[in-house]
Amino acid sequence: MKFGVIVFPGSNCDRDVAMVMRNLLNQPTRMVWHEESDLSDLDVIIIPGGFSYGDYLRCGAIARFSPALQATVRHAEQGKLVMGICNGFQVLTEAGLLPGALMRNRDLHFICDRVSLKVERTDLPWTQAYQKGQVITLPIAHGEGCYYADADTLSALEANGQVLFRYCDASSAVTPASNCNGSLNNIAGICNRQGNVLGMMPHPERASDPALGNTDGRKLFEGVLLGLGAVGAKG
Amino acid sequence: MTQTYQARIYVTLRPSVLDPAGTAVQSGLKHLGYDNVERIRIGKYVELTLTAADEASAKQQLDRMCDQLLANPVIENYRFELLETAEAKSL
Repeated sequence: MKFGVIVFPGSNCDRDVAMVMRNLLNQPTRMVWHEESDLSDLDVIIIPGGFSYGDYLRCGAIARFSPALQATVRHAEQGKLVMGICNGFQVLTEAGLLPGALMRNRDLHFICDRVSLKVERTDLPWTQAYQKGQVITLPIAHGEGCYYADADTLSALEANGQVLFRYCDASSAVTPASNCNGSLNNIAGICNRQGNVLGMMPHPERASDPALGNTDGRKLFEGVLLGLGAVGAKG
Repeated sequence: MTQTYQARIYVTLRPSVLDPAGTAVQSGLKHLGYDNVERIRIGKYVELTLTAADEASAKQQLDRMCDQLLANPVIENYRFELLETAEAKSL
């Protein structure tokens, strides 16, 4: 399985992701410059965190027009796997690959913290190495992570089981107090209807190396390696 | 024959979307004693010039620019004003 990590001007988590894929999981991984348009050699495309194109206008708004992202849209339309972390999640919503939008955090601050997340669904490659309902801890670092969608979109997301991760407390209770950034329904990560496109604000790549003291994120990447059989199982 | 237009584009949050920055600024104004201020909403202002065959074409292009990039229709509305600049350019 070959991985590609898209590098925009302003991406700053690209090397972290590549380090996890190459050095910890021994997967062939290449960096994809934003001007590349042929990504047909890749099985999984990861859009890393950072501030693509300075996040001018809106987070992720300009990145959407890059050749690499146009190719990513085609990749996703073929049912192949695409993952956006943090700024990557913002890019995927701007590109229309995922519904909704990420807005300024409720309390207006940039939040750099470790948060508890509830894994809502485990029949997709992204989460199949976790247990349903499991509470994991991942780092977050964002100023615009407040998930918003209109009421119809939100109820469709819930009805289709597209919410994969929710902010929760240590005992897995999804409460207003555990909602760090004001996201609707405590949403931290969602997938598209088909399940092959994932977007999440927390950083699993920053919790994969045992040297960093937390490996809760590693199972996400290991789940992807377990196989793609579950894609499309629902919806 | 094309005309040069100046556009003033206002991008605002949809009414259904919470605006925490607007709320914070409103609270700042209240601290200054302006208790009569309500419903602050913070948006973006963009100005640009463009050339187009006529006003209808300019408006059509601006609508597309706003839908495709300048505003995010999921969370924002837009409106614009169009001014014909003094010197019309001829081709």
